[in-house]
Amino acid sequence: MTDSGIVIEKLVKVYSRRGSQVEALKGIDLEVRSGEIFGLLGPNGAGKTTTVGVCTTRVRATSGRVTINGIDVREDAPAVKRTIGVVTQFRTLDRSLTIRENLAMHAMYFGLQPKEAWARANELLADFRLSERAGAFPDELSGGMAQRVQVARAIAHNPSVLFLDEPTAGLDPQSRLALWAMIEGMHARGITVFLTTHYMEEADSLCDRVAIIDHGQILVLDTPDALKRSVSAETVIELRLEAPNDPLVERLRALPGVASAQPSGDSIRVLTASEDGALPRILAEANAAGGLKDMTMTKPTLETVFISLTGRDLRE
Amino acid sequence: MSSESMTLAPPARRSMYARAFWGLIRRDLIVARREAFQLSMRTVMNPFLFVFVFAYVFPKIGQQFQTGTGTSFATILVPGLVGSAIIFNGISAVALPLVMEFGATREIEDRVQAPLPTAMVAVEKIVFSAVQAMVAGAIVFPFVYLIPSTPVSVHIDNWPLLIGVFVLAGLVSSALGMAIGTVANPRQIGLIFALIVIPVTFLGCVYYPWARLHPIRWLQILVLINPLVYISEGLRTALTPGVPHMHPWAFFGALLALFALLMWMAMRGFLRRVID
Repeated sequence: MTDSGIVIEKLVKVYSRRGSQVEALKGIDLEVRSGEIFGLLGPNGAGKTTTVGVCTTRVRATSGRVTINGIDVREDAPAVKRTIGVVTQFRTLDRSLTIRENLAMHAMYFGLQPKEAWARANELLADFRLSERAGAFPDELSGGMAQRVQVARAIAHNPSVLFLDEPTAGLDPQSRLALWAMIEGMHARGITVFLTTHYMEEADSLCDRVAIIDHGQILVLDTPDALKRSVSAETVIELRLEAPNDPLVERLRALPGVASAQPSGDSIRVLTASEDGALPRILAEANAAGGLKDMTMTKPTLETVFISLTGRDLRE
Repeated sequence: MSSESMTLAPPARRSMYARAFWGLIRRDLIVARREAFQLSMRTVMNPFLFVFVFAYVFPKIGQQFQTGTGTSFATILVPGLVGSAIIFNGISAVALPLVMEFGATREIEDRVQAPLPTAMVAVEKIVFSAVQAMVAGAIVFPFVYLIPSTPVSVHIDNWPLLIGVFVLAGLVSSALGMAIGTVANPRQIGLIFALIVIPVTFLGCVYYPWARLHPIRWLQILVLINPLVYISEGLRTALTPGVPHMHPWAFFGALLALFALLMWMAMRGFLRRVID
């Protein structure tokens, strides 16, 4: 048991709503090391937000235990809140306050004297390139800018652990890249970052380690590279067809060099090992079957890992 | 166990909570200052017009109410309108923002994430709004005292009694506001005001002393569930002792009991909304 980072042990959460019980987390174990960027990757409804909710004291666990820097979230929520920063999926900026006031008041909640808090707010405004909008109200900001304020606010009290729940959902590509740079910056300052996402690029390019979660269970946990290697495929070939063709899937599976072939709507996803001649053979089969519209080749991604584990797309 | 090493010493913890609580108060002060004009207009318009029409215009044009108590209608109105200003503002100050912050915007989240027990976030809101409600009552007083064209007889013999009623009135009102705010959603808030706030103010013994309801016995008993009845009667005792009023034990006891009940509902509702 470590004194720093996040330790999640046998965490179970059952929601009971209108008489029916939904098991959102089915006993997950995770250990996030101090100072790393940890990604929880999974489709919507997998249990990512519930996990963050328990860690940030907002969801009461049905059973199991979570500690942040050695402090039990259930036993001492205020002490946990002092050491964490949180950005939820919702835009939770205080709409009655300006951007500068949002930052300064947050700092005061965490014990800074007013003078220090206003100075801290100005420093964050400069760091996050928000100074010119300091007097604006949250409703006047674009989505990307509002999200920047939320991240700035979350670190205003110098937390050692930062939770980001789907931080780039709904952001345009440019804002997303800007946010990634900010997360890298916080990582460089030694902050532990726990982020959830259903964008595999985000988990891949940002995270030191990634856990894939589905239906309330952790399926795998490793570095993005190790996860991608684990599918033991060199290339992912996606064949787009005019209509689903199951017999073709069967024939492709039988080809030498083909590690697996999965139907997905009108497409077939074929994973090939490094073997000469696999691609021509696959193309020949597909052409013989007829109805081939298009073909793409990619390197395995975390999405490939997810599909090979669950048989489904992340976005489904 | 490692968690022992990380726990805060009691003085450090108290100071952490106190600073967070004070931070929440400062936040509410900024917002209240920004909305001060709007809030005072909302507070003053209704009692101002009420007193102007019924206690200034009516006597001037010879259209008088028989109060049956030997005092002017204007005198009856003073405690009633101060009380209804307190309860209206107490409810509005909590319920209106809370309904939005819980439902549509979820902006309560940042305050809930402050390093103090979640229940204290709710307590802060109730305390701050209670003060705001008391200020509203005080703002209304000069209007209802000075505008009438007939004599208004106000005698404050017992300041502690007046302050006690004021404080309890503010607390009961804001606790009621939170109880409403935690069960309502933004779409229902208009309905809730129509079904709760308007009957509470109209049937809160604002325009007549409770004792005068005697001829309508069922109404006299029914209104006893209304907190404004005890606030009006309490203020009547403190401000216009010449008018019939309840015994202090009755309104203090009832206000304390209502406060305990509403506080329990408010805290339960708040924690339910905030923690899954």
